This record gives sequence, C-alpha cells and structure tokens, in this order.
Amino acid sequence: MRLHFQQNLEDIKRKVLRMGLMVEAIVDKAVNSLKEQNLELARTIIEDDDKIDMMDLEIEMDCIKLLALQQPLAKDLRTITTALKIITDLERMGDNAVNISKITLDIGKEPLIKPLIDIPKMAGIVQEMIRLSIDAFIKEDIYLAKKVAQMDQDVDEIYQRIIDELLDMIIKDPKITKQATKLMFVGRFLERIADHNTNICERIIYMVTGKLEEIN
Amino acid sequence: MENIIKIENLNFYYGNFLALKNINMDIYKNKITAFIGPSGCGKSTLLRTLNRMNDFIENIKVEGNIYFKGQNIYSKEVDPVELRRRIGMVFQKPNPFPKTIYENIVYGLRKNGVNKKEILDEVVERTLKAVALYDEVKDKIYKSALELSGGQQQRLCIARAIAMQPEVVLMDEPTSALDPISTLKIEELLLELKKDYTIIIVTHSMQQAARISDWTAFFLNGELIEYDTTENIFENPRDKRTEDYITGRFG
Repeated sequence: MRLHFQQNLEDIKRKVLRMGLMVEAIVDKAVNSLKEQNLELARTIIEDDDKIDMMDLEIEMDCIKLLALQQPLAKDLRTITTALKIITDLERMGDNAVNISKITLDIGKEPLIKPLIDIPKMAGIVQEMIRLSIDAFIKEDIYLAKKVAQMDQDVDEIYQRIIDELLDMIIKDPKITKQATKLMFVGRFLERIADHNTNICERIIYMVTGKLEEIN
Repeated sequence: MENIIKIENLNFYYGNFLALKNINMDIYKNKITAFIGPSGCGKSTLLRTLNRMNDFIENIKVEGNIYFKGQNIYSKEVDPVELRRRIGMVFQKPNPFPKTIYENIVYGLRKNGVNKKEILDEVVERTLKAVALYDEVKDKIYKSALELSGGQQQRLCIARAIAMQPEVVLMDEPTSALDPISTLKIEELLLELKKDYTIIIVTHSMQQAARISDWTAFFLNGELIEYDTTENIFENPRDKRTEDYITGRFG
C-alpha cells in the first residue's frame, strides 16, 4: 500500500472540499449584499476571492507535485486531473461572485426597482449545486453528480424568467434600463456559475468511470 | 490489426507446478506489447515459451498452442534454432560475447555460414545505425565489446539480435540494469524498431510500459488478468486487480 501517497491524495480532496465551501460562501455573500444593498459586505468579497485564488494555486501545486513525484495511474490519476479541473471551475465561480459584487457597488446606493425574489432563489439553487457536487466528488457518487447537473435546468428557467420580467419592465419604463440591465447581468453571472458546476459534475463522472461525457 | 503470434489455451508446468493457466492472447504485428505483473506471475515464463527458450529447462510441460504466423511452434516440423532466429531475444543483463563489437554482431550470421566480408560489413553498419550506436563506436568496431558501457552493450545486444533479421524481438527487462539515460535511449530505439519488428517486452517499470508499449498485458499468479491497449490499462483498467497493481495498492 502507498499509504503516504494515499494520504496526499486525501489532503487534496479535503482542500477541494474547503475551496468548494469558500465558493459557496462567496456566492451567498455576493447575492445577500446585493439584496440588502450592503456595500461594506460587498467590498469584502474581493478579499474572499483572493483567498479562493490562493487556494486554487495551492491545490494546483499539490497536484503537480503528486504527478511529478508519484506518477499516479488509473483512478489515482483521474482523481488528480479531476481535482485540477474542478479548482479551475471553482475559481471562475469566485470571479463571477466578484462580478456580482461590482454591480452591488455600482447600484447599491439607488433604490431597487423591485424587491429581489428570483435572484436570491436562483442563488439558493446554485449554492446547493456547489455543495452537492463537492459532496459527490468526495463520495465519488456519480448518481449525485448527475442529479446535481439536472438542477442546472431549474437555474436556466429562472434566468430566462428574470430576463423576460426585466425586459417587460424596461419597455414600460425606460428610465430603469441601467439598473435592470445590471440585474440581468447578475442573473447571467449566476447562470455561468451553474454552468461551471455542471463541468464539475462531468469531471466527477470521468473520475469514477473513466468516461468523459457531456451532461445537458 | 494483424496478429503475428496467437496463443491458445496455453498451460505451462514446471514439474507439477502450473505456472501459466489457460493463456489466450494475440500479439499484434509491428506493435510493442508489454507484459507486466508481480514477480512470479508468469510473464517471463510466457515470454520464453514464445521462442521455446524454456526447452532448455528440464521437467517442463506445455499444453495448448502457440501459433507464429499460423504455424504451431511446438509442432515437430519446427526447428527451434530456426524459430529463435525469427523470434530473437534480448536479456535483462547485457551479455555481449568476449569478442569484438564486429564479431558480436556477425556471430549468428557466421554460425549460419555467412562469411562474405561485404555482406558482414554491410550488416554491421546497418544494425549499428539501427540501434543508434554507429556514431559512438564506428572507430572501435574491432575492439572488445566488453569495453562499452552497460547501455552501449545492451544496444549492441539488440543489434546482435536484429542482425539475424528476426520478425519478433522478445525482451526480458532489457533496461533494468541500466541508468536512466541509457534506459531512455533504449526506449527511443524500441519505438524506432517497431516499424520493422514486433516487440514483446517484460518490464517491472509501469512507467516504461506506459511510455513505449501499444498493448499491455497484466499477469497474476499465472493468469492473464487483463489485456488491452496501454492507454486503457493505465487510464481506466477494467479489472480491480489490475487497478490495485498499477496504483500500488497491492497486498
């Protein structure tokens, strides 16, 4: 048994789990600060994202080291390449949360054109997707990964609804165009996060089965 | 894909000990096939059945068939010496004869009655070039082969094997006694040689099998557990025992 190597591999998985939790938290914070128009909270998001970026680099280095020193094969190899792909997607999710926080800083001082309902709802699903997909990675559970990937359809539906609703509002009152467009972008950023999450689910299936397949 | 060797229901006994159990496999032409597995799994025994090197061991028994280009190599009509000319072999430790580089290469030809200098000269130059040794030794081909480094000696042994123009070259851990640079040179050489020859290599180095072979066979306790493209074996083996062996989770 390569106990030392197995330990290193477990460490990487644990770090991916931690990074996943950080990303889930940053999405939560981004949408909450927008909803509550809390500029202070929005400002801290950049810092949170820096931590996620550092985590990304740290895990990447760990993976490269294991590849170079241990020459992993078969499922071990797939686990490491999967971790490398997952952290890239997680890192992008963090960037999207930053994009949302920039919108908060931009429109945070003006009254919201409507109470935000669908955006927080969308964010809730996205956060659950992140949590479950990381869980599927740790447990190597392809059924859960597939189930999570299906949730992307709900996200897409809400996104479409947000766009339709805001477009209607713009037609009725063009003065709100700027804020409405910004809110559409928030929807777009959340939708991108869900797409990155689908990539993660595809990679988990590859890690377990060795087969690369497109979901959705 | 064309097979050059076909192994059918092969059992091999050392005395009462069944060392190979019902092996069935095809070896493909102009490919490198790697045999991997823990010590005692039967991979070297199988390699040696392919050109009847095991004939030299007493008290062995072979059941089943091995076809080389359609002919059963254990049938009475087959001359084992001629078979070994067509299926050559390179061993773990470089074993040049205590003769000149030149005489090492032409040894087999002389044994077969070829003594014409032009022919022998041509073979020496061609094979030394084929094993990428020519530039290194061209000024000392009449010096003793024992003066060469280990890696050079092994390439000379490969040159000696291919001087007989075999169709298949069997290699039993050909780089295990060599340093990493010499190992890489041999590996590069094998990738070149497979254009003209079929190569079967027994190796304990998983990385070596992964680097150079097209097909990999995993053996355990005399059984062929899994035989597939090298890519499949190392990326996504089907059998749990293969996975456990190549990822070091054995025992």
